[in-house]
Amino acid sequence: MIRAAAVGAGVLLLLLLGIPIASLILRVPAASLATRMADPAIQEALRLSLVTTLISTLLIVLIGTPVAYVLATRDFPGKRVVETLIDLPMVLPPTVAGLALLLAFGRMGIAGKILGFGLPFTTLAVIVAQVFMAAPFFIAPARAGFAALDRRLLDAAATLRASEGYAFARVVLPLTLPSLTAGAAMACARALGEFGATITFAGNLPGVTQTMPLAVYVAFQSDLEAAIVLSVLLMILSFGLLLGLRAATGRMGPASSLAAPIAR
Amino acid sequence: MLVGESGSGKTTALRLLAGLLEPAEGRIELDGLTYFDSSRNLSVVPHKRPIGYVAQDYALFPHLNVLENVAFGLRALRMPAPLRRASELLERFGITDLAERRPAQLSGGQQQRVALARALAIEPRLLLLDEPLAALDLSTRRVVRAELIRLLAELPCVTIYVTHSPAEALLFGERVTVLEKGRVSQSGARDDLLRHPRSSYVAEFLGLNLYRGVVGSRTDDGLVRVSVEGGELFLAEDAPIGEEIHVVVDPREVVLSTERPQGSARNVFVGPIEEIAPEPPLGERVRVSVGSRPALIAEVTRAAASAMALAPGRMAYASFKATGARAYR
Repeated sequence: MIRAAAVGAGVLLLLLLGIPIASLILRVPAASLATRMADPAIQEALRLSLVTTLISTLLIVLIGTPVAYVLATRDFPGKRVVETLIDLPMVLPPTVAGLALLLAFGRMGIAGKILGFGLPFTTLAVIVAQVFMAAPFFIAPARAGFAALDRRLLDAAATLRASEGYAFARVVLPLTLPSLTAGAAMACARALGEFGATITFAGNLPGVTQTMPLAVYVAFQSDLEAAIVLSVLLMILSFGLLLGLRAATGRMGPASSLAAPIAR
Repeated sequence: MLVGESGSGKTTALRLLAGLLEPAEGRIELDGLTYFDSSRNLSVVPHKRPIGYVAQDYALFPHLNVLENVAFGLRALRMPAPLRRASELLERFGITDLAERRPAQLSGGQQQRVALARALAIEPRLLLLDEPLAALDLSTRRVVRAELIRLLAELPCVTIYVTHSPAEALLFGERVTVLEKGRVSQSGARDDLLRHPRSSYVAEFLGLNLYRGVVGSRTDDGLVRVSVEGGELFLAEDAPIGEEIHVVVDPREVVLSTERPQGSARNVFVGPIEEIAPEPPLGERVRVSVGSRPALIAEVTRAAASAMALAPGRMAYASFKATGARAYR
């Protein structure tokens, strides 16, 4: 009974995911793929997407790692509020997030006044929007990975004269690397696909803030074929990213997989 | 040696010394240096204490091989040539051929030796061992135990060895401290512990009846009354009135009968038999627990027990002579 239901649900899900993807790929006009790729507008959007996604992923890992570690290992007053705040972008409609960013970082916003300039409609705004929306996708698995680490190993490191920093670099990081890479890939994929917050906060300026998802949307209004080519391109990128990640974490050891943080 | 039942606070004591836990109050000193002092608000972090700690499950780093595990502390201290020193240590421990293996590929006994080598690599002033044999199965335990005794004898540093087994404590330790419910109930030389157990935990292991009591009045025939929990004992001892003493009664001195005994024994107690357990190794003798007040354990031959038809629930008299008990402070 359960087995039949599981098989049925699996087939349904595969169809739901597979049919749209197949429809996209089947509609790609083979001859025009090469010429479309040569289009400077598409190249520009692609380059902008790759550069901003790379930078925002790096920022997320740099800021998110210590945050996730502190959340996993320390207790402090108001921790629950901080945790909820960090998770909030995961459930927030991206356009709402974009509007909030616009109000905060606009020339008249609180953060804008501190900075002394308006952030909206710059490439930096694209990165801020991506970091804002994608950071929870890194922090959640990273935190789970840190929390699952056997505390006794840290005790052992401490009695072997390792400072906390040394123990973090030599014990914590190597043992939680699968969780961290999984989180980084999820955040990277989320940043690559970011649309709502970007278009609300950073606008849609070709070459400055028009990333691939925005370019797809614009192309869709006038030129369906261009939209399809861009979409397939974006899909191949995301697919390659996730596949590469699975291969990379798979090599690190039998205990590691995408979602499973390494225990001892 | 630090011995006590599970939950008596043995591991906590070690973690306090290592700095992994902080005591609410007190002082921790080693070789004249203070590592913790609540009155001065002083607490040295664990990685600045010259203390080696081998946890019960060894806690080897799963991502490092044996050599790297042993070199870990040397590297953390930025000592020169950590790998060379580590391999020298592996040689000393006879585990050179394991150098490239990961902890998951080691047997329990091998893991223990690696953990010991790793802790000793940084030459601690004090070595803490938490139940080093507990994670091993019975057959390897015997082999590893013999090796461990030899190894610990050669160590230049002081070792605190924690165990729940009085047998292990008496085998390894020259000085034994008994922990009960978080408090030290007895601390001293091994021989003193054997001769004068002051905790029911150790007495039970040694197979003795132990009572704590207060010396009461003297009787006409020159004996002293000692009031213990649940009753009164008569002893041929010369203890001052009002003194708190421990009394041990060897179960072989206790005579059992189903009728009130007519002999000269001054200590006669009656109660239901609670348990009859054969004594190793042959079971030729049995230990009979009598639920009298105070409770007594008697050791008799199996033949005698069946002749009297002793069985759980039957009433029995347990008696011993005033000279059959030993008392000490």
